[in-house]
Amino acid sequence: MRFLTARRRHPAAKALLLVFALLVMGALYSALAPSSKSAADTGTSQQVAEGKKLFAVSCASCHGMNGEGQVSGSIQGPPLTGVGAAAVEFQVATGRMPMAHPGAQAAVKPSEFSEDEVLALAAYVASLGPGPAIPEPEQYDPAGLSEEEIARGGELFRTNCSACHNFEGAGGALPNGKYAPSLIGVSNLHLYEAMVTGPQQMPVFSNGVLTIDDKRAIIGYLNELHEQPNRGGLALGGLGPVAEGLWAWVVGIGVLILFAIWIAAKGVKAR
Amino acid sequence: MAKPAPTTSDGRSVAAETPPKQLGPVFKAAAGPAVWADERIGVAKLSRPFIRKVFPDHWSFLLGEIALYSFIILLLTGVFLTLWFKPSMAEIEYEGTYQLLRGLQMSEAFESTLAISFDIRGGLLIRQMHHWAAMLFLAAMLAHSLRIFFTGAFRKPREVNWLIGVGLLSIGLVEGFAGYSLPDDLLSGTGLRFVDGLIRSIPIIGTWAEMFMFGGEFPGSLIVARLYMAHILLIPAVLLGLIAAHLALVVYHKHTQYPGPGRNEGNVVGYPVFPVYMAKAGGFFFIVFGVITLMGGLMQINPLWTYGPYNPAQVTAGSQPDWYMGFVEGAIRIMPNWETNLANTTWSWNVAIPGFGLMGAMFGLMAVYPFIERWVTGDNTEHHVLERPRNNPTRTAFGVAAMTCYGLFWIGGGNDLVATQFHVSLNSVTYFLRVMVFVGPVIAFIVTKRICIGLQRSDEERLLHGAESAIIVRDPSGSYSEAHVPIGQEEAYSLTQHKEMLPLAPLTEQGDLTDRKFKAEQRRRKATRFYFLDALRKPTRAELEAAAHHHDDHGDGDGHDGDGHGGNRHGNGHGTKEIGAGTGARRAQE
Amino acid sequence: MTDLEHRGAGPGGHGELATTDDPRYPVPDPGDPEHLPRLTDVDEAAADRATRQVAIMFGLVPILALIFVVTYFAVPKDDYIDFGPMHTNTQNLVFGLTLGLALLLIGLGAIQWARQLMDDEEKIEYRHGAVSDEEDRTYVLDELDKGIAESKVTRRKVLGRSLLGALGLVALPGVVLLADLGPWPTRKWISGTIATTIWEEGIRLVNDVTYVPIRAEQVQIGQLINAQPENLQEYHGTEFLQEKAKASIIVVRMNPNTIKIPDSRKDWHVGGILCYSKICTHVGCPISLWEQQTHHLLCPCHQSTFDLGDSGVVVFGPAARSLPQLPITVDAEGYLVARDGFSVPTGPSYFERDSRNDFQEGDN
Repeated sequence: MRFLTARRRHPAAKALLLVFALLVMGALYSALAPSSKSAADTGTSQQVAEGKKLFAVSCASCHGMNGEGQVSGSIQGPPLTGVGAAAVEFQVATGRMPMAHPGAQAAVKPSEFSEDEVLALAAYVASLGPGPAIPEPEQYDPAGLSEEEIARGGELFRTNCSACHNFEGAGGALPNGKYAPSLIGVSNLHLYEAMVTGPQQMPVFSNGVLTIDDKRAIIGYLNELHEQPNRGGLALGGLGPVAEGLWAWVVGIGVLILFAIWIAAKGVKAR
Repeated sequence: MAKPAPTTSDGRSVAAETPPKQLGPVFKAAAGPAVWADERIGVAKLSRPFIRKVFPDHWSFLLGEIALYSFIILLLTGVFLTLWFKPSMAEIEYEGTYQLLRGLQMSEAFESTLAISFDIRGGLLIRQMHHWAAMLFLAAMLAHSLRIFFTGAFRKPREVNWLIGVGLLSIGLVEGFAGYSLPDDLLSGTGLRFVDGLIRSIPIIGTWAEMFMFGGEFPGSLIVARLYMAHILLIPAVLLGLIAAHLALVVYHKHTQYPGPGRNEGNVVGYPVFPVYMAKAGGFFFIVFGVITLMGGLMQINPLWTYGPYNPAQVTAGSQPDWYMGFVEGAIRIMPNWETNLANTTWSWNVAIPGFGLMGAMFGLMAVYPFIERWVTGDNTEHHVLERPRNNPTRTAFGVAAMTCYGLFWIGGGNDLVATQFHVSLNSVTYFLRVMVFVGPVIAFIVTKRICIGLQRSDEERLLHGAESAIIVRDPSGSYSEAHVPIGQEEAYSLTQHKEMLPLAPLTEQGDLTDRKFKAEQRRRKATRFYFLDALRKPTRAELEAAAHHHDDHGDGDGHDGDGHGGNRHGNGHGTKEIGAGTGARRAQE
Repeated sequence: MTDLEHRGAGPGGHGELATTDDPRYPVPDPGDPEHLPRLTDVDEAAADRATRQVAIMFGLVPILALIFVVTYFAVPKDDYIDFGPMHTNTQNLVFGLTLGLALLLIGLGAIQWARQLMDDEEKIEYRHGAVSDEEDRTYVLDELDKGIAESKVTRRKVLGRSLLGALGLVALPGVVLLADLGPWPTRKWISGTIATTIWEEGIRLVNDVTYVPIRAEQVQIGQLINAQPENLQEYHGTEFLQEKAKASIIVVRMNPNTIKIPDSRKDWHVGGILCYSKICTHVGCPISLWEQQTHHLLCPCHQSTFDLGDSGVVVFGPAARSLPQLPITVDAEGYLVARDGFSVPTGPSYFERDSRNDFQEGDN
């Protein structure tokens, strides 16, 4: 602490203090500022209009006023013509968009928008150009699938998905700071939408190749997998041998060394 | 006691004579069967040298026991598993109880492992115990070998035992790999694919080795059965033989002991095998068994039903081998992509060097180290008292440097998990490690050596000035100092008991040595200077007496005003300057 | 004197250093420290308490064993239990807890007994040097000499030499017996197996697992398809896996204006749809971590990264060779088919591999 007080009359002290105060105020504001909530009217054209207003406030600074995109400059956002309502619903409802700051990966965070606002935004972006629509429940609901179909969904998952998302859907690393996120706790709707729209680095799995039934099977498999009890005990993160090795050393060797110290200890003496 | 035994033809009586003293209950109860056995296999003669053998007691001596007991548990749980496991790669359609794999094609090996995990009661527990015990077996061997290394227990006469230990560690690695590859699941199958590519890449003989190992193209139909044979028959037999030899040598040489009062190179102080050591060792066996069982019941390991059966077109993110192969995995990941194409041949340095080169280097260096140290020191005496790591700073520094190198490769093996857990770029981790596996050990060496020398200095402090007493004394001139209490003879003996190796000056004249021998000796002397020049010398008897005298001169010897050095001069810990022995002499060249 | 004797070894001396004048060992051995009694040695009540503790620990073991047995028969094996962080199989958990605690308690009881109740006076045993006595050495060497003389081998040297030769060479059949461990990888054999795949002109690309053929128009930009040759279905069992391990492919579609297509590969793609081997050229893991925007393909095993927008060249990681590309075209009905087989062997390298034909950075 003497470091600071010794320099309190430094010429730069005032400027630095001002910067520090600004940072504190900014942090407090972002923590405490209320988020806007507005009800969307019924009716598609109403939705589109509502969506356009929301878009202008929350999205246009990166994606352009008409969703045409910005591919140069320090703030970039891809064009949104043709991404479809499904992409918007996925990105906005999971909180990925709007991104808190530009970076390699849009992280999941609590969504700023209500369900109606999400639909409004989706309707607006869909009006910019045709793209995948928000799916109906029967497209992504795995109810009614047989055991064999769900097992086949597992094969499809391990062939197409686990290379990025890991065998449990716990996520995995991509180059340069990006990652494939965890699928645990993700809704069926969002699983479907992600497969169809291919968000960020994820590839597209179109319905022409990975059919709707294939997708339902994968979703069904994930649902059942995540409901499964961990038959062997604590799951240790579902990360495989690295976690297991860590615990073997920490719990196994660690506890046994503690016992060993007790065994060979001299102990309390009477005198 | 016993009825008089019949005599043999040469008149010797074969039963023990009844000793003329009060007989204990065991003697009485065991009389019948004991005599029966003794008359046939000479039980008393066999047991006599061992029954009250003395074993010293220290927690670090139990690390090897963890390995031994884990091995026994592996044998027991392994036999259980062999009752149900089918080492066959024949394809069947799954119709068992785990619905998420219903109807899929899989090998019988995988299917039988699922049956053990779901349909055999207790099967999952035993399977998990087996796998946890394997992890502990290798971890304990590594920890044990580190203890041996840092305390110098590999010195004469125990070099052979050290070599046996290196053999156990390296063969144990292969055994573990073979074991977890048996179920033919996606994760271990991916590992087997890696090994296939690794073997194939060996220059000149690669394809031959690959074809001979797999019996054809990967994956073939033989590898699981061959690994099974190796895993339950060949390698356990070799391990058992090596373990027996290892333990026999420990018994023959008697166990080493830490320095302490009453202990010297000529004796071993501790507790007798029967009853104390037996109770402690036997009790520890049950503790290890209990901990492994608890781990098997509470901590899930290798849930291969979620990996699914092996499929060469499937893979999971975060594919790693078990921890003990992690360092090879890391080396393979961070290796730059060097390959040479000469005419129509391909020399894959990128795979062969980290794969075989690193394992060869690690076990080779481990095996050779005792002989390197022997060459440097020229020491041909037996050593039974352990060295405290600080008293051989260069060896300790080498050990920590090696651990650092190993640890960095280990981290490399999990670089994708490092990237996701710590939110850093995968590529940066790789580049960082490429540099650090070389730079890190050097830094570790320097830092460790300095720490050891610092610890030696604090030992020297205690010897010359005694222990800090927390009594602050103010002298008439106003300065403060802390009074010191001389340490007891027991501690002083422990601190000065070790045999120190001395750095040697270069030979000044060749004498009657041949040129080659002369050069070799000069090199050896240089090595002794590298090893021992920086380490502190023990204080001599004269220095100790002078220091004690010095304290006496300044008032009571027992600490009230004992240390009249004053705060400043004592702070740098070299009050020896006043004695005249001086730190210069402490690093005397001979 | 050996160092052992030097340092006061032997039954006579018990630690008092013979070398009190040796400046190298400045402090004489004070001898084994005085044995201090434990609480249980002096206090009968404490000893009784310790005895009770041990007895209780041992006494709990049969109870735990009984719970194990009851659980084995009474609890259904697919019963699940849910408490705290554990959502797990009841039998496995109870077995582990009961058996584990039972074993642990036996150990703890034994240790407590040893530490608190067994006599804890340290005993001293004396070491002998590891080396044999001079007497033993001379005896053995003498007898060896006598035995060698009696065997007559020194006089009739041909006996020993011919024996050694015989023993050495009789091992040869043993070694040769291993020659059928696997097929011999001659150049001819290699060219028919690991150097080739089942891909040929006209084979359709089908989606893996479902085996549905792929229509070019269904493939969108940014799409990744894990695919196989349609004739893979003709194989079964071991052969199926062997061919799959070489022939697996991925199909990706990129905007042709954003990627580099060399002249030599102009007709290897269909409107930006490219087909590559799925098997990594490092050590053979299947790769399907494709980044839609950067066009990079990352192998999860050792992080080799290939740029599929630049003919599969390696951009990071330990792989040394680019990913082989399969030339594809469209058949009359609009399905993707192979135009030819792979031009280079797929999968990990081997010594006999001719790697001069692999695509390298800057090739056209």
